[in-house]
Amino acid sequence: MDWLDNLIKTFLDFEAMWLVLPQLLGVGLVNTLVISLAATAIGVVLGMIVAIMGISPSKWLRVPARVYTDIFRGLPAILTILLIGQGFARISQQIFGPSPYPLGILALSLIASAYIGEIFRAGIQSVDRGQLEACRALGMSYGAAMRLVVVPQGIRRVLPALVNQFIAIVKDSSLVYFLGLLVTERELFRVGQDAAVLTGNLSPLVLAGVFYLVITVPLTHLVNYFDDRFRTGRRKPAPPKSGLDELEELTPTPALTYGSNT
Amino acid sequence: MTYTTPVPITDGHFYAGSSLELRDLTMAYGDIEVLREVSLEVAPGTTTCIIGPSGSGKSTLLRGVNRLHEPKSGDVLLAGESVLTQKPDAVRKRIGLVFQHFNLFPDHTALENVALAVRHVKGLSKAESRRVAEARLEEVGLAERADHRPRDLSGGQQQRVAIARALAMEPEVMLFDEATSALDPELVKGVLNLMAQLAQRGMTMLVVTHEMGFARKVADQVVFMDEGRVVESGAPSDLFEHPKSPRLQRFLSEVL
Repeated sequence: MDWLDNLIKTFLDFEAMWLVLPQLLGVGLVNTLVISLAATAIGVVLGMIVAIMGISPSKWLRVPARVYTDIFRGLPAILTILLIGQGFARISQQIFGPSPYPLGILALSLIASAYIGEIFRAGIQSVDRGQLEACRALGMSYGAAMRLVVVPQGIRRVLPALVNQFIAIVKDSSLVYFLGLLVTERELFRVGQDAAVLTGNLSPLVLAGVFYLVITVPLTHLVNYFDDRFRTGRRKPAPPKSGLDELEELTPTPALTYGSNT
Repeated sequence: MTYTTPVPITDGHFYAGSSLELRDLTMAYGDIEVLREVSLEVAPGTTTCIIGPSGSGKSTLLRGVNRLHEPKSGDVLLAGESVLTQKPDAVRKRIGLVFQHFNLFPDHTALENVALAVRHVKGLSKAESRRVAEARLEEVGLAERADHRPRDLSGGQQQRVAIARALAMEPEVMLFDEATSALDPELVKGVLNLMAQLAQRGMTMLVVTHEMGFARKVADQVVFMDEGRVVESGAPSDLFEHPKSPRLQRFLSEVL
């Protein structure tokens, strides 16, 4: 059973895993979460702007939003990350210092915002037109109607899709290693990869993979839970009630009851 | 649907309805004119019912009055002043619209539905707008349902919340766009009774309806429309007892 031993040693060498575990936890996991959460937060803000522009009645807002979305959704993530990470390195150096870390987050945010913008747009457009009409009929401005009524309903519907997008960002965050991170800035993939190269053993990378799954798999199931909940609603079961009872509700004063002349 | 005449009310609450006048109102979707030179006058505090077959432009007419859809030509006068020269939002504050499908905000309670525009359009404080909303819900018989979401209310209750929502803005004119068409038969009466009360209390109302009993008993004026034009109008007794045009005769024979 030589080959089995070999396989186990290559992929499941617990000693190698144990050695890299502190780094994966203390450096890799922290950075992966920081990069992903930051990119998601910025992506949500930019995505909302792109979505609002994308459904605007004005062509001057709609077209740029469309172009932006097409570009960042259409390019491979790795290409965008390299272009942004290296192209803006000089400007970034003046603001953030020599680390490419902020640019990596920025690049991921731009990519994410294109997808999130589409998610928001779809959600907002799925809200019944009557909602906007009702707001406008009450004298609300377009902006107030969107802000108070339409957008909140749209967002609620796309929460599951947003969680999916976060999962995609977590996975894409591994691409940031292309920019050459400092030792303390490495995310899960890079930590695992470095250890794998050092030991000539893939087990650290396998453990890094386990960490990704620990983040993404529960989220996937959270999405399904959300999805069910949003589809079936939170409605408490209520005993059946006769519509005839309702006729009693509307007799506020004796003066308003109907005469016997009918 | 039988509709019974309410006895006169004696308690204090009255509305200050304004006059409404349409002058040669023409409306179009793209190149297709769906409303052609419609003129009609609604005196302050009176109720005008618009009847007619589907596709006659009734709903479009209402949307022209508050400029949810911009008229192509003609004019709409609210209290004698053209609404086309004013800001649409300013006009809409003074005109309430009740929809066929209620269009309540599903993520707001009944109270929040009514309070929202009072707070954000009229600019009242949170507490103040809640107070207004409570009073309006009381008026439509739904004070006890204030914290229910729309989906936990029947269609009739939802429509009464929608009416309260419009009333909370203290409109001078109320427009009803087939307000009872989406309701179960036994719930129609509650909504119609409420509308009749508003009419009695001095609200100016323009009501698109298929409830001929309501039009006959409550309306001061009935307008029969077909193919985007006013075919015949007058007192309900004239229109229903002695329809002149063959179109109206035919329509009444189909619906009564």
